[in-house]
Amino acid sequence: MKPETRTFKENARKALADTDLQSALKGMEGGFVMGRLATIDKLPEFNDMRDGAVRIKNHVLENLDVYLETFEANVIKNGGEVHWCQSPEQARQKVLELCRSIDAKTVTKGKSMIGEEMDLNHFLEDHSVEPIETDLGEYIIQLADERPSHIIAPAIHKTKAQVSDLFHEHHKKYGKTKRLEDPRELLEEAREILRPKYVKADVGITGANFMIAETGSTVIVTNEGNGDLTQTLAKMHIVLATPEKIAPTLEDASTMLRILARSATGQEYSVYTTFSSGARRPEDLDGPSSYHVIILDNGRSNMVGGDFEEMLRCIKCGACLMHCPVWTNIGGHAYGWVYPGPMGSVLTPNLIGLEDACHLPNASTFCGRCQEVCPERIPLPRMLRKHRENAYSAKMGSPVERTGLAVWSFFVRRPKLYRLATGLAMKALKMLSGGKGKLRSAPLAKGWTGARDLPAPEGKTFMAQYREQARRRAGGRS
Amino acid sequence: MTETTKVALLVTCVVDLFRPTVGFAALKLLEDAGCTVFVPEAQTCCGQPAYNSGARDKAEEIAKQVIQTFEDYEYVVAPSGSCTGMIKVHYPQLFQKDDVWGPKARALSGKVHELISFLTDRLGVEAVEAAYTGKVTYHDACSGLRELGIRDQPRKLLNSVQGLELEEAPDRDVCCGFGGTFSAKYGEISGAIVSAKTSALSATEATTVLGGDLGCLLNIAGRLQREGSPISVRHIAEVLAGMTDTPPVGAEKAGDGK
Repeated sequence: MKPETRTFKENARKALADTDLQSALKGMEGGFVMGRLATIDKLPEFNDMRDGAVRIKNHVLENLDVYLETFEANVIKNGGEVHWCQSPEQARQKVLELCRSIDAKTVTKGKSMIGEEMDLNHFLEDHSVEPIETDLGEYIIQLADERPSHIIAPAIHKTKAQVSDLFHEHHKKYGKTKRLEDPRELLEEAREILRPKYVKADVGITGANFMIAETGSTVIVTNEGNGDLTQTLAKMHIVLATPEKIAPTLEDASTMLRILARSATGQEYSVYTTFSSGARRPEDLDGPSSYHVIILDNGRSNMVGGDFEEMLRCIKCGACLMHCPVWTNIGGHAYGWVYPGPMGSVLTPNLIGLEDACHLPNASTFCGRCQEVCPERIPLPRMLRKHRENAYSAKMGSPVERTGLAVWSFFVRRPKLYRLATGLAMKALKMLSGGKGKLRSAPLAKGWTGARDLPAPEGKTFMAQYREQARRRAGGRS
Repeated sequence: MTETTKVALLVTCVVDLFRPTVGFAALKLLEDAGCTVFVPEAQTCCGQPAYNSGARDKAEEIAKQVIQTFEDYEYVVAPSGSCTGMIKVHYPQLFQKDDVWGPKARALSGKVHELISFLTDRLGVEAVEAAYTGKVTYHDACSGLRELGIRDQPRKLLNSVQGLELEEAPDRDVCCGFGGTFSAKYGEISGAIVSAKTSALSATEATTVLGGDLGCLLNIAGRLQREGSPISVRHIAEVLAGMTDTPPVGAEKAGDGK
């Protein structure tokens, strides 16, 4: 997928003007935040569990090679195969090769952000394999031909009316001509259309929340059960994962599952937690005939041992998005690539390059709420700042801002000159305000004054007034 | 003469330039609490704009200047959570691997305090002698809240102000959208965030918004005024020090809280 990260500012402007998007974003406001707080309140050891989850992931990253090898060995022991891919292109080809090996015509898909990273749906369509998204949110955006705007709630940017329209338009071919409005009825209709497709599908593709090294299992969590149908009813099950998804043991996975659901949706546990440990065995009643795990690196192993290693602790709960003042105002599409919000603004430059993604780490107020709610305690603001430092060192970004910064710091480093210059500037600003206490526009402040007035300075600076007072006091004494 | 607490006031650049009243209010609060206050002449800015723009070299130069200016004082106090956080939390990170400046940065980090929490937590101030009539709401600035844990201290002192009624706003731990240079670089997004903030603040029906960081207050006041709102905005130090004769932030004249 071609990144649209360079036009972030324009994307954001469009998002802010999109009334449907804004109403969808306002509609969910607070729900996730309150839900998370409510479940956490009921679990006094939540923060200890977070610490445990941090330790698990740090340990995994220190021993990643060992655990990946153990995982692979156990998958093979269970009769499955692991495929290692460096690039999205390699991973796409591998999926296609596997599909063609059983002459697959249709593929059902559970929700997978790795699939998005590979832009898998378009690729499969181009190669005459029909992909069918089975997660309700993913199904909706597949109909709309859009990307997810949130990593766990892909269609959260859509209003109910938009979903009604989409179903009305796309379900006519199934004989469904009535435009439905009730969410329950919309869900039932989608379910009725999707059910036969699970049975007919040749291949079921899912993501993986965790890969458990000691058992060779992969784990997915869903609230709809679509993942289970996807992976048990097809002839072949393909799992899309990335290396850092390792959990050494079942016990470790359990710790992380408990903080995942609470952080993501405010549930104590997701409705379905499914462990896949390979293809159907002779004694099994159902299950796929073959089991493949594709592990896509796409630059992640380069992050190990570097400034961004801690980002690999991410368990993709989406809490940082839901608590971000930027994401909650512009939604996910404006970020221009697969992963939006704070986690995306750290991850994306690592995956597609900082040059392309330079806006993302800059578009943050550093309010720190993301780090506060991150179940893996990832220092997101610190890493966003690291990207800014790298961009500054490489002379990326606006030359005007760069010059401004240089001039400003020249004065800051020379207190006497600074007093003179700032004293004059404040006087000028005060004059421009015409005694009204504020300015509706000001030189070099267009970004600020677009949405708000600029409060005028009081007049003389503190340091000037303080010096005068000190002088008067000294004079009085003598 | 009894030994007094010697404090250097870090005025902060925004207070110095835009709202000296906050500096004088801080001075008064510290002196009322028995401190001897010094105002080092060589202070300008703590370097956050450079640090947050990724200009680490410039941030380090400025930080060294700040360290030299303030290192000889017993305490350093600033009427801002974000400037305090810069020195307390980020200076040690800047010089983590520096054998000369690392120890100096860590020493200063231990001595620097945000004004309100310094009054309550260090000096044991329980109440102030001030009056301010009306319903106010308090905006928690992000750095103070998350980097320094400032939440209850300002509320405690505000509750001692005569005539003042404190009403909490919804979403009080949500950012106002200021973010330093963010507000100018991404003005439209910042504008959307501050609009959400002003509607949350307005929902309290308070007549005054108070806060501990002037950057956020300029942002909030600027948006309220653009909306034509009659709500006054002040730094909490002004109310606690009883210095409310100056017009509120961005307003033409005073008259609030009387």
